[in-house]
Amino acid sequence: MSGDRKPASLAEALSLLAGAPEAPLLLAGGTDVYPARAVAEAWGRYAPRPVLDLSGLGLAGIEDRGDHHRIGAGVTWAALRDAPLPPWFDGLRQAARQVGGVQVQARGTVLGNLCNASPAADGVPPLLTLEAEVELASRRGTRRLPLGAFILGNRRTALAPDEIATAILVPKPAGETRSAFLKLGARSYLVISIAMVAGLLEIDSGRIAAARLAIGACSPVAQRLPELEAALIGARPEEAAALAAPEHLAPLSPIDDVRATAEYRRHAALVLLRRLLAGLAAPQAQGGSQAA
Amino acid sequence: MSAPPFALTVNGAPHAVVAPPDQRLTAVLREELGLTGTKVGCDAGDCGACTVLLAGAPACACLVPLAQAAGQAVETVEGLAADPWGAALQRAFLAHGAAQCGICTPGMLMAALPLLRASPQPDEGAAMDAIGGVLCRCTGYRKILEAIQAAHLFREAEAPSSAGAVGERLPRVDGPARVTGTALFGADAAPSDALWLKPIRSPHAHARFTLGDCAPLLARHPGLERVLTAADIPGRNGFGVYPDIKDQPVFCDGLVRYRGDCIAALVGSREAVEAVRFEELPLTWEVLPALTDPSAALAGPLLHDRWAENVLATGRLRAGDAEAALAASAFTAAGEYETSFVEHAYIEPEAGWAQMVRPEGGGPEASDRIEVFATTQAPYMDLDEVAGVLGIPQDRVRIIPSACGGGFGGKLDVSVQPMLAVAAWLLRRPVRAVWSRPESMASSTKRHPARIAARAGCDAEGRLTGFAFEGLYDTGAYASWGPTVAGRVPVQAMGPYRVPAVATRARAILTHQPPSGAFRGFGVPQAAIAQEALWDRLADAAGLDRLEFRLRNALRAGDATASGQVLTHSVGLVACLEALRPRWHALRDAAASRNAGGGSRRHGVGIACMWYGIGNTGMSNPSTMRVTLGPEGVTFHNGAVDIGQGSTTILLQILAEALGLPPRDIHLVLYDTDLTFDAGKTSASRQTFVSGRAAQDAALALRRQILLRANAGEDAKLDLRDGILHVDGRPLPLEAPLEGIGRFDPPTVPLDADGQGVPYATYGFAAQLAALSVDMELGTVHLERIVAAHDVGRTINPTMVEGQIHGGIAQGIGLALMEEYLPGRTENLHDYLIPTVGDVPAIECLLIEDREPLGPFGAKGIGEPALVPTAPAIFSAINHATGAWITRAPALPHRVLAAIREARR
Ligand SMILES: Cc1cc2nc3c(=O)[nH]c(=O)nc-3n(C[C@@H](O)[C@@H](O)[C@H](O)COP(=O)(O)OP(=O)(O)OC[C@H]3O[C@@H](n4cnc5c(N)ncnc54)[C@H](O)[C@@H]3O)c2cc1C
Ligand code: FES
Ligand code: FES
Repeated sequence: MSGDRKPASLAEALSLLAGAPEAPLLLAGGTDVYPARAVAEAWGRYAPRPVLDLSGLGLAGIEDRGDHHRIGAGVTWAALRDAPLPPWFDGLRQAARQVGGVQVQARGTVLGNLCNASPAADGVPPLLTLEAEVELASRRGTRRLPLGAFILGNRRTALAPDEIATAILVPKPAGETRSAFLKLGARSYLVISIAMVAGLLEIDSGRIAAARLAIGACSPVAQRLPELEAALIGARPEEAAALAAPEHLAPLSPIDDVRATAEYRRHAALVLLRRLLAGLAAPQAQGGSQAA
Repeated sequence: MSAPPFALTVNGAPHAVVAPPDQRLTAVLREELGLTGTKVGCDAGDCGACTVLLAGAPACACLVPLAQAAGQAVETVEGLAADPWGAALQRAFLAHGAAQCGICTPGMLMAALPLLRASPQPDEGAAMDAIGGVLCRCTGYRKILEAIQAAHLFREAEAPSSAGAVGERLPRVDGPARVTGTALFGADAAPSDALWLKPIRSPHAHARFTLGDCAPLLARHPGLERVLTAADIPGRNGFGVYPDIKDQPVFCDGLVRYRGDCIAALVGSREAVEAVRFEELPLTWEVLPALTDPSAALAGPLLHDRWAENVLATGRLRAGDAEAALAASAFTAAGEYETSFVEHAYIEPEAGWAQMVRPEGGGPEASDRIEVFATTQAPYMDLDEVAGVLGIPQDRVRIIPSACGGGFGGKLDVSVQPMLAVAAWLLRRPVRAVWSRPESMASSTKRHPARIAARAGCDAEGRLTGFAFEGLYDTGAYASWGPTVAGRVPVQAMGPYRVPAVATRARAILTHQPPSGAFRGFGVPQAAIAQEALWDRLADAAGLDRLEFRLRNALRAGDATASGQVLTHSVGLVACLEALRPRWHALRDAAASRNAGGGSRRHGVGIACMWYGIGNTGMSNPSTMRVTLGPEGVTFHNGAVDIGQGSTTILLQILAEALGLPPRDIHLVLYDTDLTFDAGKTSASRQTFVSGRAAQDAALALRRQILLRANAGEDAKLDLRDGILHVDGRPLPLEAPLEGIGRFDPPTVPLDADGQGVPYATYGFAAQLAALSVDMELGTVHLERIVAAHDVGRTINPTMVEGQIHGGIAQGIGLALMEEYLPGRTENLHDYLIPTVGDVPAIECLLIEDREPLGPFGAKGIGEPALVPTAPAIFSAINHATGAWITRAPALPHRVLAAIREARR
């Protein structure tokens, strides 16, 4: 497509974006862009748009910035999966291992997963529990939005037309932390979540000092569970699973679809949540797949 | 302004590519560089067939823009042979039978390569993770895992190859082309000047439409040559597998009957065709209410005037008085079962090309011929359809089947063939088409969803007394193989058991759904779910072990079937069950002791049996094979299409053994309607039995002539030295070529109105065990082991038989646990789930050989039998584990959980 660009720096990309007569399609790893295109092509709906390829911007680093980690826009699931990172990233890395297959992990970016804003995006719940922020750049400047404010709905984000998301910023939690991620699907590889749960506990003197929990694929945007998080404070980790109750899932609004019924999703979310909390209580906290 | 070319390094060779930067790497490799070894199954990252290495890491080439591949090292299957690990993998895949149809093989090999480079002797888990992103629909993955783990043994050595006697593991003779990526599938070969064809399909299940004047559209898109519609069909605008039912239009004439029905086709340069958006077409729709439920369709407006009440076909069988028998039974059981549309999901979408051929030296137009190269299971049926659609005699049509990247019944119906033929005929240019995955899924046939109500009874000792079965099969918008399904199901629905009184009926109902056609088992797998569930209930009621119950009722040689056919030979079910018995007890004991430990997972073991009539139901289905001896040596002309199941290899082994020469001495001329005889379609598990017997007879006929000419005795030894045939060490003088022709049509007797007759000349028998655990809180099912005992008559090639069993089981797992096609909703391999490598457990095959005297060296068939018992065995095991009865397939987690709750109530 003429008008396609692959700039070599962020500044160049932002000025191309600002000056573009027609809003270009931002392209990172392409693992959401190309499948969407395949469907459009099959039904004669594909309307080519100029592409702005972000892969040359040199934003592929995971950096420790003292009080936070910075995950650049170019960081793939594979890079995150294989990086030596502190334990609060365990949940996110468990998610990384289960996104698609190794081929998709090698190309798809973590930030692209957020920008795509699918209700079933596996990156969102763990990053919500990490209280991550998304950094957005334009020629007007740079701003940061909490992830919860960045994703507005099913496939809707707060990204302005002249902006590029440049990084995910993950603040460092205090003290001992444990994190995990559980995903439920109907087969073992390459499966879109029926429901998934992420959790992070900060532990102080054997008690939960802070808890952050999020559930995905059960509402248009993954949801934190503030009431349960509050209820867990002060509890011993091994008590946590028993404290989770159906009313804590009030923020969810699951739907019936080809993968499961709404009722089942709500039920499964609670089962996963309890298992996740039980797992976090055990020293060898292990997340993983709950696939068939 | 012309953009600078991209510098691409593929397998070490530099290329300068001029193409758009966002062009998929698959398209660049295949279309620009001619490297067609990299396959395309979905263009969406879902199948992994396109896996290549980018800077050493596996990537789906269909998701990689050219601009991102430029400057990085790209490795493809074409470069494997030159890589020590690549070559080792290729040899291991061949030796282990890890490639069947071969369409997934390049992707599998490329996905495995980085693993072996990093860890030469990977464990099974690592091998699974490496290929978790590549789908295979044929092999059930187990042999692929074996091959990857064994690859280190093939670093130096060529695979030790067997001579290929009957019973030996001769590697596929067409295997090298599959592991090197050189086999030409439907999308892999077309002249570079071929025009491109893209069908326009209905997004509505039922609608009227008008297509206005397309001249402005053609004017707006230079390079767009033609919009083909119903009005352009030179002959009959209809196709269908029955000679008297040609109900499916090539292009609909103002009315569509399912989402995916074809209304027109764009033909022109590829760029021009792909630039057209359907909304630009002068198309107006009047959407009509759609009948999507077969019960409602019975009382609804007719889809086709010809079929009252929308009943396409009814099959029934009646033996004795089933109602009276049930009433008098000590124990009875009843149940209602429902299954879903199941998509064949062959990894190769429909594709091919056609050209009109002028006879050499010109000649009148009336001698023009049409040639179609396409992926198919049934070249001779394609030939009939193409001739009919063009309105020309059959001898003016040539069908050249491409390598077939999986069929499973779905490529028995024509797809691209008629429209390509029409386009090439009218435009007098070669024309090519490759369907996208969504298009393939929307338009192609499916397994019939069935609604079954069944009842069964037994006496106090657990002997079956009666069986009643009523099946409503949703046959979709067009006939396809619906009558075949309705015909086979009632004959086989009671399973391989002695049942004195039977009343079965199956009806194929027309709806505005995708046409249901042929899919591995022709409706029998659905029926087996009902039949086997009832046996479990009866066994439990009678207080009998579920295996012993089946054994007590199993058909034995000398028994009469419900059709009144006395089975004289090759009834190996008892042997299958007895072979399973020790595993049955061991696995049940293991499950019990694991359950004793408590926890949210419950373990269970299930069992199911099946029989399968080999070949068409009560109908002639001959095959003809030919072998010649001439100056070029011995040549086997084999018209049976190998769709991955291995018939090319199996038939060669049979022919070679009967002739008395090793397979390597025999040249092959493979399926081409100009060059080979009609072997019938590759379906109904018939090629080993029917074409195998024809091959054996052809070989024996040639051998007799050779012996006669050599004046040699029956057991003379043949051998080929420097291309000259020697008989008992003496060269055979040859003035003229010799030829042996074998034709076999399995003897059957048509069924009467009550299903009485001899529907099949022989049957395959099997019993399978499934061991699994169920998460009682989530309803997820984890398979642990499948043990499959199959009576195949005689094993011609154990690797191939196991390959069919593994692949059939994998499809049975899909049917049982995850596959549900919903038009418009699961129209891709992202939402429509088929088993991945992690979903197929260890499989143990026990091959029972109860010789079939009619079959070649005693062999029967295996293709379909492998699939039939798997789903019922899984459901039986779920019940054993949880007490829940599964009545709806697929048993998705939410359905399993609901069934568990129901059972507790
Ligand atoms: C086979 C397969 C399996 C998958 N399985 C899973 C799964 O299990 N779980 C899951 O969560 N996801 C899954 N995915 C989707 C997952 O791969 C993507 O969500 C991925 O993370 C997106 O990243 P990308 O770099 O490929 O994005 P792209 O496809 O390049 O872009 C995605 C979207 O985000 C926008 N975008 C990307 N980067 C930026 C940026 N820096 N600034 C602004 N906008 C941007 C793009 O414009 C586009 O709209 C799967 C995909 C495939 C093909
Ligand atoms: S073709 Fe690329 S994943 Fe299917
Ligand atoms: S061999 Fe894997 S898809 Fe056919």
